[in-house]
Amino acid sequence: MSGSGEKTLNLTLKVWRQKNGNTKGNLETHKVSGISTDMSFLEMFDVLNEKLINEGKEPIAFDHDCREGICGMCSMYINGRPHGPKQGVTTCQLHMRSFKDGDTITVEPWRSVAFPVIKDLAVDRSAFDRIIASGGFVSVNTGNAKDANNILIPKDDADDAFNAAACIGCGACVAACKNGSAMLFVSAKVSQLALLPQGLPEAKSRVLNMVGQMDEEGFGNCTNTGACEAECPKGISLENIARMNREYLKSSLTYVKK
Amino acid sequence: MSSSKLDAKIPEGTLEQKWTKYRSTVHLVNPANKRSLEVIIVGSGLAGASAAASLAEMGYKVKVFCFQDSPRRAHSIAAQGGINAAKNYQNDGDSVYRLFYDTIKGGDYRAREANVHRLSEVSGNIIDQCVAQGVPFAREYGGLLSNRSFGGTQVQRTFYAAGQTGQQLLLGAYSALQRQVGMGAVKLYARHEMLDVVVIDGKARGIIARDLISGKLERHFGHAVLLATGGYGNVFYLSTNAMGSNVTAAWKAHKKGAFFGNPCYTQIHPTCIPVSGDHQSKLTLMSESLRNDGRIWVPKKAGDNRKPTDIPEDERDYYLERRYPAFGNLVPRDVASRAAKERCDAGFGVGSSKLAVYLDFGANMMRYGQIEANKQSLHNPSQEKIRELGRDVVKEKYGNLFDMYKQITGEDPYEVPMRIYPAVHYTMGGLWVDYNLMTTVPGMYALGEANFSDHGANRLGASALMQGLADGYFVIPYTIGDYLSEEIRTKAIPLDHEAFVKAEADVQERINKLMNIKGTKSVDHFHKALGKIMWDKCGMARNAEGLKSAISEIQKLREEFWKDVRVPGEANEFNLELEKAGRVADFIELGELMCKDALNRNESCGGHFREEYQTEEGEAMRDDDNYAYVAAWEMKEVGNWELHKEELKYENIKIAQRSYK
Ligand SMILES: Cc1cc2nc3c(=O)[nH]c(=O)nc-3n(C[C@H](O)[C@H](O)[C@H](O)COP(=O)(O)OP(=O)(O)OC[C@H]3O[C@@H](n4cnc5c(N)ncnc54)[C@H](O)[C@@H]3O)c2cc1C
Repeated sequence: MSGSGEKTLNLTLKVWRQKNGNTKGNLETHKVSGISTDMSFLEMFDVLNEKLINEGKEPIAFDHDCREGICGMCSMYINGRPHGPKQGVTTCQLHMRSFKDGDTITVEPWRSVAFPVIKDLAVDRSAFDRIIASGGFVSVNTGNAKDANNILIPKDDADDAFNAAACIGCGACVAACKNGSAMLFVSAKVSQLALLPQGLPEAKSRVLNMVGQMDEEGFGNCTNTGACEAECPKGISLENIARMNREYLKSSLTYVKK
Repeated sequence: MSSSKLDAKIPEGTLEQKWTKYRSTVHLVNPANKRSLEVIIVGSGLAGASAAASLAEMGYKVKVFCFQDSPRRAHSIAAQGGINAAKNYQNDGDSVYRLFYDTIKGGDYRAREANVHRLSEVSGNIIDQCVAQGVPFAREYGGLLSNRSFGGTQVQRTFYAAGQTGQQLLLGAYSALQRQVGMGAVKLYARHEMLDVVVIDGKARGIIARDLISGKLERHFGHAVLLATGGYGNVFYLSTNAMGSNVTAAWKAHKKGAFFGNPCYTQIHPTCIPVSGDHQSKLTLMSESLRNDGRIWVPKKAGDNRKPTDIPEDERDYYLERRYPAFGNLVPRDVASRAAKERCDAGFGVGSSKLAVYLDFGANMMRYGQIEANKQSLHNPSQEKIRELGRDVVKEKYGNLFDMYKQITGEDPYEVPMRIYPAVHYTMGGLWVDYNLMTTVPGMYALGEANFSDHGANRLGASALMQGLADGYFVIPYTIGDYLSEEIRTKAIPLDHEAFVKAEADVQERINKLMNIKGTKSVDHFHKALGKIMWDKCGMARNAEGLKSAISEIQKLREEFWKDVRVPGEANEFNLELEKAGRVADFIELGELMCKDALNRNESCGGHFREEYQTEEGEAMRDDDNYAYVAAWEMKEVGNWELHKEELKYENIKIAQRSYK
C-alpha cells in the first residue's frame, strides 16, 4: 500500500535450527509464499513462525525488540552477511523489496566463539556488557556535575564523539570478522570518551582495561580487513580502531597503576 | 474528597519550597546500614538504569532485571527527539515555573502540582549529569549546547543528539550502571522476566523471576522493589513500543494490591508512518522534532489524487496553522492527532489508504538553503544549489529519521513529503504512586513510564526522558530513604519463607496452564484481536456505547484465550511464545480496565476524548467539577475493580480551558 508499488514474493529459506547451546544445529528448509515487498525481514519471519505454529511445529527463535534499527537486538546472518545484503541497515529495517521472487535465502546466527548460540538464531552477547563494565564510562557519581555549559566542546569534536557513540552494540562487526574481533565495538566507546574532555582523566586506564577484557572474553585479533566497518549498520568508522590503537600504545607506555 | 486509601504524601509548604524542604528533612540511612539493605530494580531503561546506578553509588546492594539480552536495549533507546530542561540557555524566557506551567497545561490539568514542580526543578541537573557522563548532545559552533522546540511550548528547551537522544541518554545511564556492575555493587540479571511480586506482612519483599534461557523460576529478596518497566501501549498490538514492551510487571503488582492510576490515558502520537498492510508488526514514530521544520497539510479538495508536488500552494490546507495560529504545527500531540483524524474522516486523507496527511519539509529546506548560501557568500545561487544546501542542513538535524522513513516506505522524504498518521505511543496512566514514588503497597515503587505521575492526561514531547531520569537520578535516591530508614533492622528474609514458596508455585501453575491448553490459535492471533477492539473503541475517540461493547468483547476474548491459545515448545527452555502468551494474557485483563476507566470518565481531557463531550469546534471539553481527580483502581479479582479518587488541588495554577489558538 505504500508508494513503492507492493509486490509479493515466493521464497525458499534455509534457517539454522539448534535446540540449545549443548546440541548440534543444522539448516532447515522452509518455503514461504505471498510475502509482501513492504514487509520487513522480521515480519517475513513472523509469517513463517505463524505458519509453523499453525502446523504444530516449533517456531524459530530469534532476537528482536525495537524493530526500528536502534536497540541492536536483532542479529541475523543473511546470505553470508550480518544484517543481510543492504548497507547501513539492521535486519529489522531490511525490507523484502531487497529480494527477488524465487530467491533462496540462508539465515544463520552470529558466528563467534565469544557469542555462544542460545537457540536457533539467538546468541549470547553478554561479553559486550562485561567489556563496558571494565571501563566504558566516566566515573562521575550522580549529583557531582557542574553546569553543562561550563564544559565547552567544539562542534566537530562533539559530532565525532556522537558518531562513535552511535554504535548499537549489535555485534555485526564481530560476526563479519574472520577472526571474530571486537575491535570496532570497543574502539567506538574508547573513541567517544577520548574525544571529549570528560573522558580524559581516565583515558589511559580505560583503554587498557577494555582491551584486556576484550581479550579475556575470547574475541580474536584485528588484522585490518575492514569487514567490520563494511557491515556495520551504523557506519562506525575504522578511524576509531586507529584512534584506539594510538591510545593503547600511548597508555601502555605511560600508564602507571597506583 | 480523596479516598482514605490514597495518601499522596505531598509535603507542606509553598510549591517552591516543598522539595527543598523535603530533601533537607527526609530520614537518612547511614552508610554502614546501606550496605545491608537490598534493592530490587526491575527495568533497565532510563528510569531503572539511572536509579540502579545512583542507589548503588550511595551504597545500597542492588539487583537489576531486564528481559532483553542487555540493559542497553531497553526501549528508552528508541526515543528520538529530545529531552526538556528549564535551563533558559536560549534566553527566551524559560524558567522552572514556565516548564511546570506548560506541563500542567499540556496535561490538561490532570497532573499533581507538587510532582510536576519537582520535575521542573531537577530538570537542569539531569542535563548537567548527562554531559558529565559524556553524553554527546548536539552543540553550536561556539561549543555550547544546542536546543530545539517541541510541542505545547513557545520556548526552546529541548536538548538533543540528532534523532537519537534516547539512545545517547540510555547509553549514559547504562555506562553508569555497568560501572557499578563492574565494581560488584549491582548484580545484573538480563534475559530475566519478573512474573510476580512477593508481599510479606503487607510489604513488598521480593520478586519471582523467570530465567528466560533455562526457563527456571527464581526467588529474589529485596528490602524494597522498584518497578521501572515502561509503558503498556502494546495493549493496542500496533504501537511505537518495542515488541517486548509489556504491562506484566506492573500488572502483577496491581494484582498484589498496587492501585492502577488513570489507565485510559493513552497518548496517540500524530506523526508516525502509516500502516501498510496486515503483516505490520509495529509502527514507527517520526519524531515530534520534525514538526519544527515540517509543515502539515492535506489537499483543500477532498479525494485529490494528484502527486503532492503537483498540488499548488493555494490548494493546500495547512490545517494546524489555520486552526491554531498561536502554536501552529507545534500544538500538543493530542490536539494534532485529533485534527489529523478529523481531516481524514472528512475525506481529505492522502495516500492509497487515505489514512494519512503530509508532513512537508520543502519550504524549510529552501529557507535553510538560503541561509547557508548567505553564510557561504554565494551570490545568486541556483534553486538547485539552495535545495542542495538546505538538504544538508535537514540531513544533519534528522538524517537517521529520514533514512528510516525511506527504508520502511521505499519513498525519499527529501524529494516528496512524508505521509504520516497518528499511532499509539505512550501511556500516561500507570501504577498510582505518592510523592515518594511509592505505590499503595509499602516498599514497592514505580518509576518512569510505569507510573502515572507527572503528565496528567497528555504528555508533552521530550518530557518522558526528563521524567524517567528525574525519577531515577534525583528523586528516588532521596525518597527511598524515607522508607528504608525504618527497615534497617529487617534481616534478609530466607527464600524458603512460605510467601516466596507460594508466589513461585502460583507462577508455575499459571505457566503450566498456558502450556497445557494446547489450543488452535497463536498468541499473536489473540493479541491482534485485542488490539483491534482497543483501537476501534478505546483509541483516539471513545464513546459510552463503544466502550460498553468493548468490555464484553474483551471478556469473551479472555475466555477464548484461556481455552484455545497454542503455546508450542516446553516451559523449561528458551521459549519466546510462552513469554508472549503471559504478556498477552495480562494485556487482555488490562484492556478491560482501560475501557472501564474511559467509560467512568464522562469528560474529554488530553488524550482521553469522549465524543459526547466536545465543544462546537471539536475541542475536548473537561468537567472540572466532577472529574478533577486521579482515578486509582483497586483490583478485587480479575474483571472486578473498586474506584478510589485522589482529588487534584490546584493552588498555584488557575485551571482554565486549554487554548492553543
Ligand atoms: C519511538 C519512541 C520515541 C520516543 N521519543 C521520545 C523523546 O524524544 N522524548 C521523550 O521525552 N520521550 C520519548 N519517548 C518516550 C520515552 O522514550 C519513554 O517513555 C521512556 O524512555 C520510558 O523509559 P522507562 O525507563 O520508563 O522504560 P523502558 O525504557 O521501556 O524500560 C523498561 C525496562 O523494563 C524491563 N521490563 C519490562 N517488563 C519487565 C518484566 N516483566 N521483567 C523484567 N524486566 C522487565 C525492560 O527489559 C526494560 O529494561 C519515546 C518513545 C518511543 C516509543
